Amino acid sequence: MSAEAASVPEPAPHALELRDLDVVYRVRGRDRQVLRGVTLNVKRGEAYGLVGESGCGKSTAAHAIVQYLPRNGRVRSGGIEIDGRDVLSLSRSELLRLRSESVSMVYQNPGAALNPSITIGKQVAEVFRIRGIGRAESLERARAALARVQIADPGSVLARYPHQLSGGMQQRVIIAMALAIDPALLILDEPTTGLDATVEAEVLDLVAGLQAELQTSVLFISHNLGVIAKMCDRVGVLYAGRLVEEGLTETVLRDPRHPYTVGLLRCIPRGGTRKDHGRLDTIPGFLPNLGEELPGCVFAPRCALVEEICRVEEPPLYDAGGSHVSRCHFHERAQTLPRALAADLDLPVVDREEAPLLAFDDLGKVFKQQGHDVHALVGASTAIWPGETLGLVGESGSGKTTLARTLLGIVEPTSGVVTLQGKDLSAGLGGRSAAELRALQIVFQNPDSALNRRHQVRRILRRSLKKLAGLTGRPAEQRLLELMQSVRLAERYVSARPGQLSGGLKQRVAIARAFAGDPQLVVCDEPTSALDVSVQAAILNLLVELQAERRVSYLFISHDLGVVRYISDRIAVLYLGRLMELGPAEVVFDGPHHPYTEALLSAVPTIDGSERPRIKLEGDIPSAASPPTGCVFHTRCPRKLGAICEQEEPPLAEVERGHSMRCHIPIEELRRLQAGGRGKDLAQV
Amino acid sequence: MSATAPTPAVALPSGGEARIARRETLGQLARSKTFVVGAVLVAWWVFWAIVGSRLTPDDPLEISDAILLGPGSDHWFGTDQLGRDVLSRVLAGATDTMKVAPLATLLGIAGGTSIGLITGYFRGWVDEAISRVIDAVLALPLIVIAVTALVALGSSNATLIIVIGVVFTPIVARTVRAAVLGERQLDYVSAARLRGERPPYIMFAEILPNIAGPIVVEATVRLGYAIFAVAGLTFLGFGVQPPSPDWSLQISDNYTLLNAGTYEWTVLFPALAIATLIVGVNLIADGLQQVLDR
Repeated sequence: MSAEAASVPEPAPHALELRDLDVVYRVRGRDRQVLRGVTLNVKRGEAYGLVGESGCGKSTAAHAIVQYLPRNGRVRSGGIEIDGRDVLSLSRSELLRLRSESVSMVYQNPGAALNPSITIGKQVAEVFRIRGIGRAESLERARAALARVQIADPGSVLARYPHQLSGGMQQRVIIAMALAIDPALLILDEPTTGLDATVEAEVLDLVAGLQAELQTSVLFISHNLGVIAKMCDRVGVLYAGRLVEEGLTETVLRDPRHPYTVGLLRCIPRGGTRKDHGRLDTIPGFLPNLGEELPGCVFAPRCALVEEICRVEEPPLYDAGGSHVSRCHFHERAQTLPRALAADLDLPVVDREEAPLLAFDDLGKVFKQQGHDVHALVGASTAIWPGETLGLVGESGSGKTTLARTLLGIVEPTSGVVTLQGKDLSAGLGGRSAAELRALQIVFQNPDSALNRRHQVRRILRRSLKKLAGLTGRPAEQRLLELMQSVRLAERYVSARPGQLSGGLKQRVAIARAFAGDPQLVVCDEPTSALDVSVQAAILNLLVELQAERRVSYLFISHDLGVVRYISDRIAVLYLGRLMELGPAEVVFDGPHHPYTEALLSAVPTIDGSERPRIKLEGDIPSAASPPTGCVFHTRCPRKLGAICEQEEPPLAEVERGHSMRCHIPIEELRRLQAGGRGKDLAQV
Repeated sequence: MSATAPTPAVALPSGGEARIARRETLGQLARSKTFVVGAVLVAWWVFWAIVGSRLTPDDPLEISDAILLGPGSDHWFGTDQLGRDVLSRVLAGATDTMKVAPLATLLGIAGGTSIGLITGYFRGWVDEAISRVIDAVLALPLIVIAVTALVALGSSNATLIIVIGVVFTPIVARTVRAAVLGERQLDYVSAARLRGERPPYIMFAEILPNIAGPIVVEATVRLGYAIFAVAGLTFLGFGVQPPSPDWSLQISDNYTLLNAGTYEWTVLFPALAIATLIVGVNLIADGLQQVLDR
């Protein structure tokens, strides 16, 4: 290897160089431009972040680099060089060699990237076998590769099959394989998007560490600005296939010079913003259609600072100082982009002295799974008052969705009761009255599966109006239009089918459906997690407006702590089906927190990039089929006291007024432990 | 990682969008050689099934003295033992098959879809019970069940339709049940339950439209088998009854002549007719499958 490397006269200065790259997809007989003259380079040993919302061309760029475009896509013009080699002129066999020796890619879904019927050991060893290394040595190297990505027991992992590993572990294996060949370029395409916050943080730490150690050149593709801020030296912002801004990550995020970047940064709820502080900024309008001809600036149709010149003249790359460049005619005043108007919202005042709207006591759900009892929910009790938003957070598998579905009656609880305005609700939906059905509605996470794809918007909403509000005929049509208006859905969509709507529009239809019968409590099960941040902001604004108008209560489930903090009045933290902490949003975020909440909060990458001491959680979430004895969190708890945590389950006790916690550590002790220079930072989340 | 071209993020709907989508599906079918060839073959036989003996060169039932003539200019496909024109009989022979097979398929699809929706939607003991019965039915060879039933009920086109339809029902139910299992987990079903919809509405108005694709494909596949079943049962004497010029009847009337060695046209042409129809239907099924089951 080294002898070969020495014979190369001079290493190319860039690991990756894209020159004026145009990529088109042929759709319905016409070429549609997806990348518009993208020029960027990744220096040796550098981590370059490519950020943008879905449909901006991020993944197309990644696929074009390794010549892995779908059959209807092609590079129309421009150049791609990896490690000084012109990728576009390579023959098929040279291309295969390039892919096996110089470039590695890690994709979003690790489960799909591993072959489910081959052991991890064989799959990792194959990377070495393919280069002619013997079986025994390949296996040895595979073991070393897994050890490098901090897999504690590589020997046993080698013998396992992919489905026996958690998502985070699978992604580590993929990263191990990607790094095994010591690639000139590593492309990471949303590598942590499907992972839980604590696992994501671990994987990112790992990649950052390895990148620093091995001096790998990385192209990091993500929609998450916080992740980019944590991982990348430089960042490029992609919009509608054009690189609109580029520079050092810190500079771009602190001093953005393109209105799109400014908008993108503003629409994320952060810095502890809450719904009563005001509405979130949004980016109005939609991404241009695929391949739409855009004579001027690509962002002009959505830009609040637009002037005549923007519509006719494509802005060149303006130098904003240093290596910071922006494609905006008015980059100096990009940050004067008008903000959303201050809230004149009349949010409901929650009075916890009055009777709660909905209460549940000792709610439990046991699923039978292959003869095992899986305790998905254990003894959950709390209440939701009229006009209140209860935020529900926890990692996947913590029982958030089970709790929500049990309250609604989609799933029947194994124990416990739910009361609505003091009246017991029947466990199943069949026994509930029309009024009770109307009172409790839901907005699902995935708008694609939540709406019947064969039904038009009119049919979806008319049916709900009929069943929930008892309206038919003319009054129903009247109400339908009002409903669409209140979720800001243009009337022309009334005869569209869900497949013709964007994610944000679909979610508006789903919200309209939930509000068809004037509900008292709407469960929002991660309603924005499938959406882009600018769309997320608009949906959150809508939910808050509806709450102000109709005094509705929400049970808001999300893994995004910034979003939960923005919208919630109180927050419940769930772990392995148990409520670990419950209290007013401010108190839960500001601390003192339960050790689990503390770890969750510290795992969130922030946009300002301020590094904080991370609370690392050891290992994976234990199985709900065999939860640990004592406090269920003791196996991963960084503040574990000792034997008492393993033997005795702490009760959910009120530690302050309105703030309950399930922990053996006294609150004063937690306050002291967590004051160590961390409390302040957490307020930034 | 599947690398597919992104669809436009926002497709602005106009009134005709659904129609465009439908036209696109038809366009895809029209471009599929498999489908087009199949459609031409089937259309040919549908045409003859409808016009029947009205356009045939001779009356397919007319007996003459010119028995067992070889193919020639008077009788392109020759004549049979009773001096009937084979060409006319082949063309007119489509009628009974084309009546019985589609109706039997329709019956099987209707029954199978209902049972599949019920078992797939309710799961639990309903599913268990019906699935075991289906397994039992499927364990028996189709022809044995059909022959037994036809002997008991007496042969007629109506009983043939019912027997084949009933035999197909569990097979279709299985396919439909699998499709329903995938759909019932989707949130729109929960949403429907949450607004108090009754199971029949959810099954037929919510789920059924979403599994139309697999059902259409299954129907075409079943049609091929139905033609095959009609042919087989008729040949054995349990299906279409004389004096119909049905293809299988022609074969069963004349196959003993093959021993004599020189009268192959009396069997060959009806056999080819059956073959082209079944191949045509199967080509359509393949074409539909490629376009509908993406």
